[in-house]
Amino acid sequence: MLGEQIIKGMAVTARNFFGSYFSKNRLTTVQYPEERLPQKGNTRQFPFLVYDGDDAEKGLRCVACQICEKECPPKCIYIVKSKDKKPDYKGQPQIYPLTFDIDISVCMSCQICVEVCPFESIKMNTEFELSTADRFGDLLLTKEKLAKPNSYYQKIHPADAAESDAVIAAEKAKAEAKAKAAAEAKVKADAEAKAKAAAAAAAAPIAPPPANPPTTT
Amino acid sequence: MNALATPPKNFEVKPKLAANGEELGELLEVSMGPHHPSTHGVFRMDVVLDGEKVVKLKPVFGYLHRNHEKIGENISYLANMPYTDRLDYFCSMTNNWAYALTIEKLAGLVVPERAEYIRAIMAELTRLQNHTCLIGFFVQDMGALGTPMMYAFREREKILDLFEEVSGARMMCNYMRFGGVRVDVNDEWIAKTKKVVADYSKFLDEFGTFLTENEIVLARTQFVGVLPKDLAINASITGPMLRAAGVNYDLRKVDKYGIYSRFNFQVPVGEHGDIYDRYMIRVLEMRESIKILEQALRDIPVGPVMDPKAKLRGFRPKAGEVYGRVEAPKGELGFYVISDGSPNPYRYRVRPPSFINLTILEDMCLGHNISDAVVILGSVDIVLGEVDR
Repeated sequence: MLGEQIIKGMAVTARNFFGSYFSKNRLTTVQYPEERLPQKGNTRQFPFLVYDGDDAEKGLRCVACQICEKECPPKCIYIVKSKDKKPDYKGQPQIYPLTFDIDISVCMSCQICVEVCPFESIKMNTEFELSTADRFGDLLLTKEKLAKPNSYYQKIHPADAAESDAVIAAEKAKAEAKAKAAAEAKVKADAEAKAKAAAAAAAAPIAPPPANPPTTT
Repeated sequence: MNALATPPKNFEVKPKLAANGEELGELLEVSMGPHHPSTHGVFRMDVVLDGEKVVKLKPVFGYLHRNHEKIGENISYLANMPYTDRLDYFCSMTNNWAYALTIEKLAGLVVPERAEYIRAIMAELTRLQNHTCLIGFFVQDMGALGTPMMYAFREREKILDLFEEVSGARMMCNYMRFGGVRVDVNDEWIAKTKKVVADYSKFLDEFGTFLTENEIVLARTQFVGVLPKDLAINASITGPMLRAAGVNYDLRKVDKYGIYSRFNFQVPVGEHGDIYDRYMIRVLEMRESIKILEQALRDIPVGPVMDPKAKLRGFRPKAGEVYGRVEAPKGELGFYVISDGSPNPYRYRVRPPSFINLTILEDMCLGHNISDAVVILGSVDIVLGEVDR
């Protein structure tokens, strides 16, 4: 019969229409902003900079190596290196970024900066309600706006943050072990040099001044 | 005189003459697009009409050109990966795969077993959502405004949720890397995917009752926009359009890239090459995709997802040239890369399936009504991000 299939099709429509009153499967609309979906696992929006401790200026992990600036596909990162150095989380003097700007009107949320960062310092934020009235000022995020504490990162991506904390802790432990070994070696070298000098002094009337002891292994 | 002020030649409207030289009436030239709701993006068709019949059709594109290939030559291999998402923004996963496959060939990386399975799962999910949406779109072109497309988008969203959970983004996934995939999937995700896949055949049944034998769909699609087999081969058409014309050619069977040789699936082949065949091919392909997904989700092994030799920073493949291709939902998607050993490709070229499938549009539309031209364009399955690059 002509039109039979059209009626069958309309039955499908009717099933969906009435089903939408009972089944969540058929009514998928979410009444944003009153109603919100839970955040999905690896959601990413725009990057932010992680800092340890309470002071954003002191604890910033970024060492201005500029790898993210070079790898960024749309080139939305702008970094100026500092002239002086400040201690990083390992206690070693490091360069820090004087300026670190991300233009999020250019950023395409690709996460490449996060992947190439060797210092676990740039991560993806999940905040998406960023609309503003000022096109140039508010969309150019400066270092102050980008810096977020590590606790914030642990809150938004717990699994990834734990991983990154483990990496940082391992690096720190390695650095500490190295420093300890260096200190021990220095003590040993000092003792050796002293003994040598003493031996030399005993052998010759005029002892040469001891050579500079090695400071690192 | 300003050169731009002179109209281009094809805008001349010539009177139509009868056999005895008498004027019958004028041909009408209509410029459909670039802002036309049914052209799937910023695409323009210069159509010359005789009454309602199409006598000439010229596709005009380039409105979305954004220098994809030149950008690719000026940034590193890795940094180009997110740009491939934006080629065919419906199927970012297959675009990623095609690009990663090409560079892996160049650099000689070996993809771990688990990553190959994840890639195949992602590609087949992409195929499901692309074909579902396409059917929604082209039924909308026929005048079924809203309803089928809403059903299609409802189901698509479930797959995009899966993508978002793993890769972090719904559409611009940027998921695959040279030598594997970026993040591993967990068991919870696999369980969710199994559920989505199991529900999908139910949805396809419902969608089938809704559309497949609908009299209006049949009247509008059968023997409309016929693409003959030899013409399809000569014009290097690929994908569902070629198979609808009756050629059994699927890169998943021909190249057996990835791990497709392990899956048991069939390649649906059409007979007439009309719009209805193109529609049916896509429906049947989705059924086959579900079969592949079921097998892949059952067999997925545990293990690493990245080649240990692969490196992110300072990636410099050796000099050479390579062409890699995959069966994207729209056809053969290929990347041609020449490397000179530097961090950037020396030459980078994309073979976009929907661009090449579009070249045949005039031959399919001639002699049909203008309203059919819209449906024929819908059945080609174009995405302007890929056509213009």
